[in-house]
Amino acid sequence: MMFIRYAVWRLLTMLLTLAVVSVLVFIIINLPPGDYLSNQIAELRATGQAEGVAKAEFLRTEYALDRPLWQQYLIWVGAIPGPQGFSGLLQGDFGWSFEFDAPVADIVGDALWLTVLVNLAAVLFVYLVALPLGVLAAARSATWVDYTTAFIGYLGLATPNFLLALMLFYYGNKYLGLPIGGLMNPEFEGEPMSLAKVQSILVHLIVPTFVIGTSGAAGMMQRLRANMLDELSKPYVETAMAKGLAPAKLLTKYPLRMAFNPFVADIGNLLPAMVSGSVLVSVVLGLQTIGPALLTALKSQDQFLAAFVLMFVALLTLIGTMVSDLLLVLLDPRIRYGAREG
Amino acid sequence: MSNLPDGRFIDDAPYDPNVDLSALDRTDMDAPNWVLVWRKFKKHRLGLLSGIFLFLAYLAIPFAGFFSPYTPNERSADYLYHPPQAIRFWHEDEFIGPFVYPTEAFADLENYRWTYTTDTTRPMPLQFFCNKSEYNLFGFIRSERHLFCAPEGATIFIFGSDRLGRDVFSRISYGAQLSLTVGLIGITVSFILGIGFGAIAGYFGGWIDWVVNRAIEILRSLPELPLWLALSAAVPSNWGPVSVFFIISIILGLLDWPGLARAVRSKFLSLREEEYVRAAEMMGAKPGRVIRRHLLPNFMSHLIASATLSIPAMILGETALSFLGLGLRAPAVSWGVMLNDAQNLASIEIYPWTAIPMLPIIIVVLAFNFLGDGLRDSLDPYSD
Repeated sequence: MMFIRYAVWRLLTMLLTLAVVSVLVFIIINLPPGDYLSNQIAELRATGQAEGVAKAEFLRTEYALDRPLWQQYLIWVGAIPGPQGFSGLLQGDFGWSFEFDAPVADIVGDALWLTVLVNLAAVLFVYLVALPLGVLAAARSATWVDYTTAFIGYLGLATPNFLLALMLFYYGNKYLGLPIGGLMNPEFEGEPMSLAKVQSILVHLIVPTFVIGTSGAAGMMQRLRANMLDELSKPYVETAMAKGLAPAKLLTKYPLRMAFNPFVADIGNLLPAMVSGSVLVSVVLGLQTIGPALLTALKSQDQFLAAFVLMFVALLTLIGTMVSDLLLVLLDPRIRYGAREG
Repeated sequence: MSNLPDGRFIDDAPYDPNVDLSALDRTDMDAPNWVLVWRKFKKHRLGLLSGIFLFLAYLAIPFAGFFSPYTPNERSADYLYHPPQAIRFWHEDEFIGPFVYPTEAFADLENYRWTYTTDTTRPMPLQFFCNKSEYNLFGFIRSERHLFCAPEGATIFIFGSDRLGRDVFSRISYGAQLSLTVGLIGITVSFILGIGFGAIAGYFGGWIDWVVNRAIEILRSLPELPLWLALSAAVPSNWGPVSVFFIISIILGLLDWPGLARAVRSKFLSLREEEYVRAAEMMGAKPGRVIRRHLLPNFMSHLIASATLSIPAMILGETALSFLGLGLRAPAVSWGVMLNDAQNLASIEIYPWTAIPMLPIIIVVLAFNFLGDGLRDSLDPYSD
């Protein structure tokens, strides 16, 4: 019962945060002077194309870009009705992409779940790699195993993501025959799900997952190692050792459980970093996630598209953080419910 | 140890009744705190080495023009995509000092690229302290003196040249000026904001703490890069390179402070209950003075260590932004701007040397990490 109450409270704060984030996003998007349409109208006027101007003017009133900023925000969110049936985010109308001349929903459509997929794969990768390596490094601390993992970890932290992506693509293709670019073979695009399509996506996911996950895995490995070392130096471990517990069991029975706690708590830090990384890597590798769409939209001031992508990315991280908080409470009953008053 | 007849145990070790009771338990703890920290830090070899390297690197920044044979935007139109050239010392088994072999360009019309042949019969010695193209020492002293430059009729591209025939080595050393300082400015911004907000929230508590905490939570839950992208997309395109550079560093710092503020806040929450704080308050110290004179010095060293660890993130951030074309823009030279040229697979395959700027990035980021780790480990000299 307590848990459900906590979960509801957590969900409410998340929604509140999301509301604040939407204001932030809207302000940031509107920071550059002018907007896509007024720029376009000026350009059309300058080149004397009168028929284009009419359409742009129509879009401007259609999406309320001629109104004051606070009204624009409320209309975009869907709190007050927009002109001519533009109903706003809350009712699932994401607006119009001026750059691509199509509804935002059509443009990001497939990209949304591909983004989720790529990030999920990366999180999975981080756990699968960091857990065994971190434990191993702690158990065999100050041996070559420890030093090698530490070295790889440092390199993973220091190499810029996008360069790692290019290198891996090049060498992966040259020596392992991994596909270059995209998230599936071109012939599957727009096709319904099939076994072959899933297979194609999986093969294409290898390099991006590796690239996005590396720095996160490196950081997590270091933290896990430090936590494990703290636990291993405690008296109860010595007692267990003196009583002749097998080394593997000794390691996994208690110290690992204790060290695991920050592991879950870390999702909150991990996820924003991963989503960031995936945006960059997607641009470099040409993945059909929302990364490239965001970049084009930002460069051309395509405000509805850019704002929607930013909102989606924020939503993704907020949900991830919430899930990590809930998991943490389930895992460790000592953590107090509700807000801690400082 | 010996056993007395009445069953008591007694230590046999000699006992000196005149021992100085005020002597230190550990004789190595006989110096001020910073000396102890320095002693411990010296033992951290990797950290020390990284520290020295970074110190020298920052020291060399104003002299970038002197160390590089070319100026960053100087084009050698006859030498596009020139592969790296080695500086040699022996010609036909005879030592004749540092020299290069002249090269000549041929258009490979089959593959549409330039190929270069090396003429190994004519060694051309390098010139030292020579007068070549003009640059500004320290940014304002005009000078023409270079440490070394190419002999007449030959080139010296240690790391090759890029698509416009500009020397990659010279551009890397000029690029260090921006790429290395971006982190410093960013961390200053983040330091001011982080300590400011963290201190106010931790010291006063109450609703101020609540507001700051929510702000920290919101900012921390947002992915950095998309926000950086959005903010830098808002930088007007008609601004000069210098203002763009400053605004980008500030943007990098603006999103970094929450982590620092959180650390400061939690520390303040526990420290403000200490007796010396109450004493200072009772003697009439204003909050500003208590914070600055009594509380902050307590963990300034920890803050510096954590700052050292977050500079690399900013350097990588600048690189990523410039790489995507939203950060610094040409004619400004930074490592990220240079990597913009190595954006596609073709250049990695055909002209791998255009990706060389990634080496300094990796080295500097590693060095900051090692230095930060070393500092963090040695900050508490009394432990163990």
